[in-house]
Amino acid sequence: MAVDLSPIDEGLLAEIANLHGMPKGAFNIRKDGELVERHSSAFIEISTKTDVPGIDIRIAPGTKGETVYIPVIVTQSGLKDVVYNTFYIGEDCDVKIVAGCGIHNHSDQASEHDGIHSFYCGKNSRVVYVEKHYGEGEGTGERILNPTTNVYLEEGAYCEMEMVQLRGVTSTVRDTNAELGADAKLVLVEKLLTHDRQTAESNMKVELKGEGSSVQVISRSVAQDDSVQVFNPLVIGEAACRGHVQCDAIIMGNAKVKAIPGIEAASEDAMLVHEAAIGKIAGDQIVKLMTLGLTEEEAEQEILEDFLN
Amino acid sequence: MLELKNLVFEVPSGPDGDVKRIIDDLSLSIGDDRFTVITGPNGGGKSTLAKLIMGIETPTSGQILFDGQDITALPITERARLGIGYGFQQPARFKGMTVKKLLDIAAGRKLPMLACNEYLAKVGLCSASYLTREVDKSLSGGEVKRIEIATILARDPKLAIYDEPEAGIDLWSFDRLTETFRDIHAARDGRSIVIISHQERIIQLADEIVLLRNGQVVETGTPEELMPKLGFAARGLDDYGCPLSTPTELHLTEIPTTC
Repeated sequence: MAVDLSPIDEGLLAEIANLHGMPKGAFNIRKDGELVERHSSAFIEISTKTDVPGIDIRIAPGTKGETVYIPVIVTQSGLKDVVYNTFYIGEDCDVKIVAGCGIHNHSDQASEHDGIHSFYCGKNSRVVYVEKHYGEGEGTGERILNPTTNVYLEEGAYCEMEMVQLRGVTSTVRDTNAELGADAKLVLVEKLLTHDRQTAESNMKVELKGEGSSVQVISRSVAQDDSVQVFNPLVIGEAACRGHVQCDAIIMGNAKVKAIPGIEAASEDAMLVHEAAIGKIAGDQIVKLMTLGLTEEEAEQEILEDFLN
Repeated sequence: MLELKNLVFEVPSGPDGDVKRIIDDLSLSIGDDRFTVITGPNGGGKSTLAKLIMGIETPTSGQILFDGQDITALPITERARLGIGYGFQQPARFKGMTVKKLLDIAAGRKLPMLACNEYLAKVGLCSASYLTREVDKSLSGGEVKRIEIATILARDPKLAIYDEPEAGIDLWSFDRLTETFRDIHAARDGRSIVIISHQERIIQLADEIVLLRNGQVVETGTPEELMPKLGFAARGLDDYGCPLSTPTELHLTEIPTTC
């Protein structure tokens, strides 16, 4: 089953998962809709789904300090890869999951990867999830990534998700859904940069069902050139809970950004707040960095990098 | 050596193409190793003069020479690279940029943590935890202001211009800041400091005081020569009828230093 990785493949893996060579521990590397290599560990079992394409990742209760890598790369144009990855994380775990998709498209045909990721986090588990999306290649074919992320947090579970898409993805529709039990906490961080004529749409629906649950949604985005971004984060509070939604966007060139943060409360003890701001880079920021010796272009680049840091 | 020659800066005023002259045929020389304080009433052109020197504003006419080189037409970046630094009166904030990163950019290299802590200590920020904080709205006005001054210390320019460094800073930190300015000056290593200030204790540190009013240099002199006059002016006893704004702005009353 082992497939040799080309320099392009290795470059993509480094970009999306910071991987150089095969990782240690549990991992599953998928290329052009096929498995490249898989490894389970003593406490983490990865198996192929029997009904739909994709994998089940079962993490034994009490697993601590392990990292699972499940990167996907697409280098074949004209391919539409749909994959379902489901994580069953036992109670009292403390794990990190590194996902991500890199597309290298050198032709005029579209390449698409739709990853449907579901996370069932057991009681008092702690999960850090990092997902990077990236596109490259000299072809005119579209690079499309439409991820769906479903998160279910049981009592006292904590999940931190960082979803990043910087450059190269022609179009994306991102759907993120979460349900939180009592005292569960979710931190959702989304960072997006679109350029040229790219489009990005991000829909989020977080349901705070348990007493003492809380969510923090942080969205930072940069829209350049003629790109278009739409944000629809929605937090629903059904118990004594706390929710905070913050959308910050920098707009440049002829780009368009629409942010529609929503909050809905169905409990008098729900405390929900949303903030949204769209604006260009402030002139005083650029001038300050120029007085420190940076050119105007360098200053702009620095400000964007830090904003998306 | 900074030389300003017949500097004029005008801004449009009114619909009929009228102009208002902010800097009016101003000439001034600031030598190396000098500590100069520019003071004077609000609206007298002090901040504008500093911005003209840094290149943030362009003069209507006149010439600016730095170490003999005509820099009148040079952009901000070039002037910064020649060794001019500017501490803003109202510093910019940056979402996502840490204090450490800003200090690194100012120094033009990655600074060791210890060096960063020293710069922060010099402006009265005595906790290393500041380095990982973001220079955004989570910092208070006084904290951002002191970080702004720390960036100039880290940059260590040949000519440093500070625009009202004391504004918004508490008395304890102000004490520390005054010491820092005194230390820089005492080192006398070819660097010049220009501070726009109304603070008596900063004015007293100066080699030379420049009194600016209506865009013109009204008087220059040592603190011994000018302090008595400034004091009289503040009390409304001079010929100009209190042109130096209000006494609260001048802070000419004794500032407690024991706290």
